[in-house]
Amino acid sequence: MSEAITLTIDGQEVEAAPDETIWQVAERLGTKIPHLCLRDAVDYQGDGNCRACVVEVEGERALSASCIRKVESGLVVQTQSEKASKARDMVFELLLADQKEPDGEFNNWLEKMNISESRYPGKDAEPTDGSHPAIAVDLNKCIQCKLCIQACRDIQGNDVIGMAARGSHSLISFDMGEGMGDSTCVACGECVQVCPTGALLPADKLEIPDKKVDSVCPYCGVGCQVTFHVKDNAIINVEGRNGPANHNRLCVKGRFGMDYVSNDQRLTVPLIRKDDVPKTVEIDVDPSDPFKHFRIATWEEALDRAAQGFKEILAFQGGGALAGFGSAKGSNEEAYLFQKLIRTGFKTNNVDHCTRLCHASSVAALLETIGSSAVTAPFISCLDSDLIVVIGAHPTSNHPVAASFIKNAVDKGAELIVIDPRRNSLAKYTDHFLQFTPGSDVALLNALLNVIVEEELYDQQYVEANTEGFDDFAAHIRNFTPDKMAPLCGIEADELRIVARKVANAGAAMIFWGMGIAQHTHGTDNARCLIALALICGQIGRPGTGLHPLRGQNNVQGASDAGLIPMMYPDYKKVTDQEAQEKFESYWEAELDSETGLTVVEIIQAILANEISGMYVMGENPAMSDPDSHHTREALAKLDHLVVQDIFLTETANYADVILPASAWPEKDGTVTNTDRRVQLGRKALDMPGEAKQDLWIIQEIGKRLGLDWNYEGPKEVHQEMQGCMASMKHIGWERLEQEDAVTYPVDSDDEPGHEVLFGNGFPTPSGRGKLVPAEVLPADELPDQEYPMILTTGRILEHWHTGAMTRRATNLDQIEPEAYLHLSPNDIKNLGVEPGEAVRITTRRGSLEIAVRHAPNIPAGLVFMPFCFSEAAANILTNPALDPYGKIAEVKFAAARIEKIS
Amino acid sequence: MATRTKNGNSLTHRKKADTINKLKKKSYPKGRQVDPPSLDLVKRLLGERARDRQHLIENLHVLQDQLGYLSRDVLTALAADMKLSPSEVYEVATFYHHFEVADYSAGEFPEYTIRICNSIACDLAGSDELIEKIKYNLGEMVRITKVPCVGNCDKAPIAVYGKRQIELADASKIGLALEKDHSTPLMPDYQTMEKYQEENHGYDLLKSCLEGDKDRSDVIGELDQAGLRGMGGAGFPAARKWQFLENTKKPRVLVVNADEGEPGTFKDRYCFETTPHKILEGMLIAAWTIEAADTYIYLRDEYPHIHELLTIEIEKIEHAGMASFTTIHLRRGAGSYVCGEESALLESLEGKRGLPRNRPPFPAKQGLFQRPTLINNVETLYWVREIIANGAEWYQAEGQPRLYSVSGRVKNPGVIRAPAGTTAKQLIEDHCGGMLEGHSFKAFLPGGASGGILPAKLADEPLDFGSLDDHGCFVGSAAVVVFSDQDDIKSIALNLLRFFEDESCGQCTPCRLGCEKMIDLMEADEWNEELIGDLSQVMRDASICGLGQAAPNPVNSALRFFGEEL
Repeated sequence: MSEAITLTIDGQEVEAAPDETIWQVAERLGTKIPHLCLRDAVDYQGDGNCRACVVEVEGERALSASCIRKVESGLVVQTQSEKASKARDMVFELLLADQKEPDGEFNNWLEKMNISESRYPGKDAEPTDGSHPAIAVDLNKCIQCKLCIQACRDIQGNDVIGMAARGSHSLISFDMGEGMGDSTCVACGECVQVCPTGALLPADKLEIPDKKVDSVCPYCGVGCQVTFHVKDNAIINVEGRNGPANHNRLCVKGRFGMDYVSNDQRLTVPLIRKDDVPKTVEIDVDPSDPFKHFRIATWEEALDRAAQGFKEILAFQGGGALAGFGSAKGSNEEAYLFQKLIRTGFKTNNVDHCTRLCHASSVAALLETIGSSAVTAPFISCLDSDLIVVIGAHPTSNHPVAASFIKNAVDKGAELIVIDPRRNSLAKYTDHFLQFTPGSDVALLNALLNVIVEEELYDQQYVEANTEGFDDFAAHIRNFTPDKMAPLCGIEADELRIVARKVANAGAAMIFWGMGIAQHTHGTDNARCLIALALICGQIGRPGTGLHPLRGQNNVQGASDAGLIPMMYPDYKKVTDQEAQEKFESYWEAELDSETGLTVVEIIQAILANEISGMYVMGENPAMSDPDSHHTREALAKLDHLVVQDIFLTETANYADVILPASAWPEKDGTVTNTDRRVQLGRKALDMPGEAKQDLWIIQEIGKRLGLDWNYEGPKEVHQEMQGCMASMKHIGWERLEQEDAVTYPVDSDDEPGHEVLFGNGFPTPSGRGKLVPAEVLPADELPDQEYPMILTTGRILEHWHTGAMTRRATNLDQIEPEAYLHLSPNDIKNLGVEPGEAVRITTRRGSLEIAVRHAPNIPAGLVFMPFCFSEAAANILTNPALDPYGKIAEVKFAAARIEKIS
Repeated sequence: MATRTKNGNSLTHRKKADTINKLKKKSYPKGRQVDPPSLDLVKRLLGERARDRQHLIENLHVLQDQLGYLSRDVLTALAADMKLSPSEVYEVATFYHHFEVADYSAGEFPEYTIRICNSIACDLAGSDELIEKIKYNLGEMVRITKVPCVGNCDKAPIAVYGKRQIELADASKIGLALEKDHSTPLMPDYQTMEKYQEENHGYDLLKSCLEGDKDRSDVIGELDQAGLRGMGGAGFPAARKWQFLENTKKPRVLVVNADEGEPGTFKDRYCFETTPHKILEGMLIAAWTIEAADTYIYLRDEYPHIHELLTIEIEKIEHAGMASFTTIHLRRGAGSYVCGEESALLESLEGKRGLPRNRPPFPAKQGLFQRPTLINNVETLYWVREIIANGAEWYQAEGQPRLYSVSGRVKNPGVIRAPAGTTAKQLIEDHCGGMLEGHSFKAFLPGGASGGILPAKLADEPLDFGSLDDHGCFVGSAAVVVFSDQDDIKSIALNLLRFFEDESCGQCTPCRLGCEKMIDLMEADEWNEELIGDLSQVMRDASICGLGQAAPNPVNSALRFFGEEL
């Protein structure tokens, strides 16, 4: 801490820190200096352009902008001198001259300063820009404070908004002066949130809310804190809050994608399948009109029927014939209670959720090597990094707010390495974008490891003190020279060497990865390589270092922690571990199955093999999300008893016997754990529609009918129970969360913050060391051949989340991305002889469908990308269900495919 | 039933077309796509040139020079090629007047463009009439654009065709230039390096510095003793400015401000056109003294002939090993007066919009690329060389001479070397041959557009830094523009304000809106003194840089000295 500075403000001598501005010090003294281009919020800086905050500094002729003028020793400042006050008033009067109806913060200041009209001539109004579905642009209200530019460029790193022309002609512009809707705008809405005049507003007219409720965004694993603005039991606006993971930032989904909650297709009554409606694979229920296939039931009847089905199977076939899919979209409390229901009520460990299709392989590798499956550092740690590796991840689409911090880190001087077969917008930020051959991850990573070992660039001290297996690892890696690996991975040997040296020589390096690493038959091997990279370079346990598999769903970390996985009880206690079993048997007062349960894809296979005949699916949509969906749907149709609990009639619910209308995230209280291990509190903002019920209540009612003596009053009681059996939840009590909104685990006491960066001092493995596990180069399960010459890869797009059940029912999101496209390289489009927008047929060994093509210059020739959120062109009809042997994750990132022009 | 519209399209049909367009749009990623032929073109034209951000303006020049205008497709391709966002490129391209951002369809781009200077000296010399005349003579085939001061005021009016300035322009000269396609700059007969070495012991001073015969404090001491002040307009003592760099972190930067743009000023141009090596030697002495690892020359783009001669002569210096201790970078401005303001100039050198910075921090601490930076005007460096060559005493004895640019209604306008504190009357009568025939002296600008307007009765005031403070005026870059009884003060003031409105960067409210509203107020039949007064005050007190702070000067002078005429 550098020395304090003494200065005089309005006659008062004050001490200030050297990096403080006059505005900040004045604010501290209780003097509110007007401001427009300064947003008094984390990460924002004053620009000094609006001159609304000018003050007089003794000895200087011109006035100074207090929002950027740093304090200096001996400075004598007058904030209220006549000269300064008059200038400030004039600034507002001049700005007001061109405004018809002043709005927002600008108007608040006008009122505070008693300025109601301008004596100066005004300008004629220009036409407004209504080209964007979510954001209305009226530059007549713009005062050119440039906060939107700061928001777009410096905060979110999207760099769409700029200032065009100059002088009195200057104006806010999008890209090359396009309409906002025609620009590259990703509609994060940061500009809307910061605009002080209403020049940028949500397209839906803003109304005064009845109430504001603080909660967490229900979409990805970033865990942005939000404030829901509620009017007439509907969310009319969403504001970013200053959460530890988002610093007030949001993305298009969080900000503009919340009206799915009040979509007409919400399930509002319990439904029971009509007796005369058979389950066929092709069944296609209209979610707006389910009554051809289902009839309305009372809750009593529906719950009885649901429970009865399970009881019968349990009685005649045993618990092994039952299974449950929980959800990473629900709360920790729901996940915990659901797995407890399956384990104690269904008496089986056949409980899993979509983590299996997500980071199961990462989790397997992390547990095996460093004894902990969560991230070792929060993503915001990258602000301390010198080098950041992003591999197999498209955070700008899938974790946009996390991506914004990565971009901030690069702006601050960190070097970025992007490794992916598909270019994403982060590639602009790097000189090393390694666009490698799909599926050759291990070859590429082993080459990097080879260089680091062979050139002795690894951190010898760290390796000796903190790792095991180095000698074997080094011997193994010797064969994977860059020259040998280059033809396999498509990256030149010299480039591999340069990147390897950069990674090894970085002061603090952090590795981010996503589904591109995990969703392969060699997903666990991919993750092992990344872990080895961090371990041998000593890049774990310090600020700016670490391993960060970016979690895809708002609560995939928490659901896994809560035991929603077939091989582990809560907190990753193995079900095969007798001690763990005894502990939970006594804590839950129930007998538990000691056999590892089946995973998501295995359950589907077990149904087809007549081993499982009853399922309880809560908030999951395997008919869309699971690989080879025809196969999955066949299995679902085959079930004797399927209970689906959801907010919409999903593709999976098509096959249900009983459908239970549940609660959407903004309708409930509960905790969720983000990708950073931050446990955050969501609060109920809305009442549920119709007869829909809280998920927790529904699980409990099913439990009671299965003979469980459960009497939880609500999530708080469940949370307390979790705290009793999960070390990770220690010191993260409900009341504390009500106070603090977020607490990161592990945490040592009730009044200390949690540990952000882990493993500075060894690992939670038996030896205390991190294990180096060598990986072999294995081909993808299904390689392209003459019949299927292309490679199909799948994933998400920015606007749609997971299977689209929520986002495709969000008005703005659906307007921005209304239909399915096959993303194809311009070359392949040309070779097919089609035009962008034209439909083609894509076929794999699993299925075939017709879909329009999108011109996608970010994709190399030979590769084709398909988002999996569009039910009308469900990508998973095509994907390969082959599994990674360790993580049991399917290879949805790689399938051989054929594309044909439709004649 | 579909409703028929005037042009015969049915509404339903059009709606369908809209939907098709929308879906067509969705067949591409968001935003304007990089067009492969444009990208090829950009790559070809830029060749091996640097692609980092600071070269954006240079690269835009290459494309503008070659293509005549910048289409959005070309700019999008440039953005992709330079790894910049489209908005970053568009912001810069639309800021500078020498870039024409337009999407012409085939055949639409005007083949001939004539630029006519309409700043004050050319205005007096009849630039408006000239425009009418060439419109009449040449008709539709020629596009005429008005441009601000091109720094050739003693030869007003000036027309520009391509890179050729047509002096004392008239319709026939312009017609001839078009006919013969005289669009390249005319090279002046300047003193080359060889001649400089032969005639003036060129670069011996620098050598004595490099060889240790002089030390750094000697140089600064000499300048201090001479009392040399910054000739760009601010008049800050040069020695002190150099001393600010002492003990700052390295690497340091020297920037030569060759962006003279103050209407009526053409002295830097004169220095370059006559003895460029005196400036270059002064520059290298400065670079050596402050230990600048890089030396940037920011040359206004209105002087392409100087760019050409500097390119040639700098290569000679480098070849002779004279600049081995610093790297010289010659950069083009792009048509922006405010970039003469030193912090805006730094932004421009960084490849950005020329927005003046808030100070502190000052450039000596955080200048170009955050490095400690010394910025000196061309004429200042010219005098640096003269002072080091002849000594501080000589400079004092000469009366601390400076270069006055005199234009307007005098017989022999031009650059006048005269002692500091020379009066307007002396300049007109002793140096410029008196007033033009038929004109009687009425008023003058002591310091270009920004220094205010003084009446003839104050023509005996010495023109020096600070000497005109009591009259609300300043001498600045010593651009003296002389007016006669035939000139109307109101239209002069309007001409000057329009210049500022045109050249304001638009960053801060008082200047952006102030210039605009001031013109509105000045165009009224009656001037509202209260509104003008309040507006002047906020512009003067609260604008970020000198442009906005000085912009109300012409209005204030007009009210103060010429009230009866308004």
